[in-house]
Amino acid sequence: MIDKADSKKMTDDNQSINQSPNPNDDSQQTSENSVSEKVLAEPRTAQPKRWRFSLVWFIPLIALAIGLSLFAKAILETGPTISVSFSTADGLQAGKTTVRYKEVDIGLVRGIELSKDRSHVIVQIELSHAARSFAVDDTKFWVVRPRIGTGGISGINTFFSGAYIGVAGGKSQVEKEEFIGLDAPPIITGDEAGKVFVLHSNDLGSLDTGSPIYYRRINVGQVSAFKLANDGKSVEVQVFIKSPYDHYVTTDTRFWQASGVDVSLNASGFQVNTQSLASIVSGGIAFGFPEGSNANIAASNSVFKLVETQAEALKDSDGNPVKILMYFDQSLRGLAKGAPIDFRGIELGYVKSINVEFDSTYRQLRMPVIAEIYPSRLSHGREVDPNKKVLNEFIQRGLRAQMKTGNILTGQNYIALDFFPKAKPAEMKFTDGVAEIPTIPSELSGLQAQVTQIADKLTKFPLDEIGKDVRKTLANMNTAINSTDKLVKQMDGKVAPAMQATLDDARKTLQSTQTILASDAPMQQDIRRALQQMTRAAASLQLMSDYIEQHPESLIRGKVPSKEKP
Amino acid sequence: MNILKLLKIRLLKNKQTRIDESDDLYPHLSTAKDLSLVVCHSCGLLNPLIGSKKTLTNKQTCSRCHAVLHVRKPSSLERTWALMLAAAIMYIPANLLPMTKTTSFMGEQQDTIMSGVIYFWHNEDYFVSAVIFTASIFIPMLKLMILAFLLLVVRKQSNDKLGFRPEQCAFLYRVVEFVGRWSMIDVFVVSLLTALIQMQALATISAGSGAVAFGSVVVLTMFASLSFDPRIIWDNYYKTHEYQTHTASNDR
Repeated sequence: MIDKADSKKMTDDNQSINQSPNPNDDSQQTSENSVSEKVLAEPRTAQPKRWRFSLVWFIPLIALAIGLSLFAKAILETGPTISVSFSTADGLQAGKTTVRYKEVDIGLVRGIELSKDRSHVIVQIELSHAARSFAVDDTKFWVVRPRIGTGGISGINTFFSGAYIGVAGGKSQVEKEEFIGLDAPPIITGDEAGKVFVLHSNDLGSLDTGSPIYYRRINVGQVSAFKLANDGKSVEVQVFIKSPYDHYVTTDTRFWQASGVDVSLNASGFQVNTQSLASIVSGGIAFGFPEGSNANIAASNSVFKLVETQAEALKDSDGNPVKILMYFDQSLRGLAKGAPIDFRGIELGYVKSINVEFDSTYRQLRMPVIAEIYPSRLSHGREVDPNKKVLNEFIQRGLRAQMKTGNILTGQNYIALDFFPKAKPAEMKFTDGVAEIPTIPSELSGLQAQVTQIADKLTKFPLDEIGKDVRKTLANMNTAINSTDKLVKQMDGKVAPAMQATLDDARKTLQSTQTILASDAPMQQDIRRALQQMTRAAASLQLMSDYIEQHPESLIRGKVPSKEKP
Repeated sequence: MNILKLLKIRLLKNKQTRIDESDDLYPHLSTAKDLSLVVCHSCGLLNPLIGSKKTLTNKQTCSRCHAVLHVRKPSSLERTWALMLAAAIMYIPANLLPMTKTTSFMGEQQDTIMSGVIYFWHNEDYFVSAVIFTASIFIPMLKLMILAFLLLVVRKQSNDKLGFRPEQCAFLYRVVEFVGRWSMIDVFVVSLLTALIQMQALATISAGSGAVAFGSVVVLTMFASLSFDPRIIWDNYYKTHEYQTHTASNDR
């Protein structure tokens, strides 16, 4: 055992110990040789001096191999280290906070430090090797914390686990090591298919990032961002429409606010419009397109207009508005700014302003009403009447403006344009380039005038004389009626009993007549007998006549007795 | 008598310079080897060396317990060197790689030994922190350094330039032997935690690759100190000083 495995050193040691204590080997050898025989055998057993590789050295080699492989693995698994700046490090912990993509850990926060100007924190993140592709230009980082918003509650799990850093992987090829973290999770993560559009609106309404977008009441997207336009006069709302729905957005799509409850009170009455319960709470946008639309699919980042109501969004294109001016002499109570201008039921425009001014030429106060009308609404959206020639002609033919009561209940009025051929002829005038349309008083005021006329005539009517005459006639009539009454009474007293007697007599006569005419009456029998005798008499007369005919001589000779008989 | 004399002189020695120490103060006490005897490692019986001089040429077994006899532990220094180096290599990943992986509903956490120490220190648990540091970082380090030192000293002992006395080396060796059993605490703790805390969603602790490396450090240092034969300290020491002592004893 020992002779096989011993190292050179060991062999040396053992030998030297075994040998005599003489430091000089040669002298020792010789002296030993002389001392004992055993020493002589020693050269035989001497170990080979060369160092032989011992199996035990495999152990450190294996350890080295394991150690190196562990380090190689660690180094290979380590991805790039990036730095992300956040406004606050709330909830982040170096060495503990993870970076997650789709709930998979892809990195770890290694360090958190303040920026030099102390305005934000810089978080050092070590990405795993597999996640090295996240270190590109358009990757977005944000801190996931519990968040309660109108769109729902998110990040509940971070209540217990602490915040983590969420990632939206970018697609860029440009590698980057320094990022600026987002304050809130992005609405759209880069891997979601869809399109982004920009909407211009007068105001934001009740919209917020994350507000839903509806198409036929289906939630198809979200508001991803909004900002004030550069000139500060409108709001730019960025919306994201998810993939299967984004090709419903065509170039003529109309967007409107479906925010909350839309209660409107106008000439057409009381209206309540809502899109969905969720949009009542959080606001929203809906879109659709006018009927018969077959426009092309809109490209990403197209710009659209966002209007207040669906009706406004879906009406035909209005073309350019034209300003008109109307002077009214009557009270404009009930006519509000925004009241419709109506032409035979079609809304042409709306009232822009109502004023009072002193007309120096006529020395009276009059009410100028400025309105905007869309003439193209009368011609299917085509632009017409650039020179207002048509309008002038219309006015000559009797086109007039008139205030009418739109809703008796609310007292809202509107202005109707219509033809009144009997109206006083007028010419179109221009005041500061604005066409003036002549007005006629409202129907209510016309009615008033007629009623006055009638009243005047009624005043002239000789009611007193007529009354006297009537009274006289009535007195005469009274006397006539009285005498008639008397007559009737007379007749009642005298004529009636006589009549009764006559009637009784008549009844008696009738009764006796009946007795006479009865079949068993004696007169009847007598008559019947008389008639029988007459019949007999008639028969004997016939016999006599026949005899006379045969024996006319009998008249003279008399009756001859029968000869044959004998 | 010799021993008493030696003790006396030893006490005096402390005040003297090392060069002044005369070699006869350390007389060569006869070892079993010198007397052609070999001690059995398992039962302690002294066996005479058969048929050869003071080395074992053949496999000789103990006459009482039949264990194989060795004059000295076989290739002691070489093995110790190899095991110590292996332990030293594994010591690096043991401290850098995570010992435990704690997965709970609060997320996943990986802890190295040092992060545990720092954690307890920050939580003002100085005692626990110190215990972990001592048992898991300091003691293995100490063992490795002592072993390396002993190996170097034993190797260089022959030329006496370093001049560490065998007693001092033996003391260090005893320290290694004593301390060795304490450094497994960490491995025990990790294996206990791993076995006990397995509550699926709530919390799961699993041993990291650092625990394996650390365990191997402890095992390797234990084997290293086991394979070190302290008798070689004196063997090598006397190799240099033998002549004088030998002559001195001869004179006597």
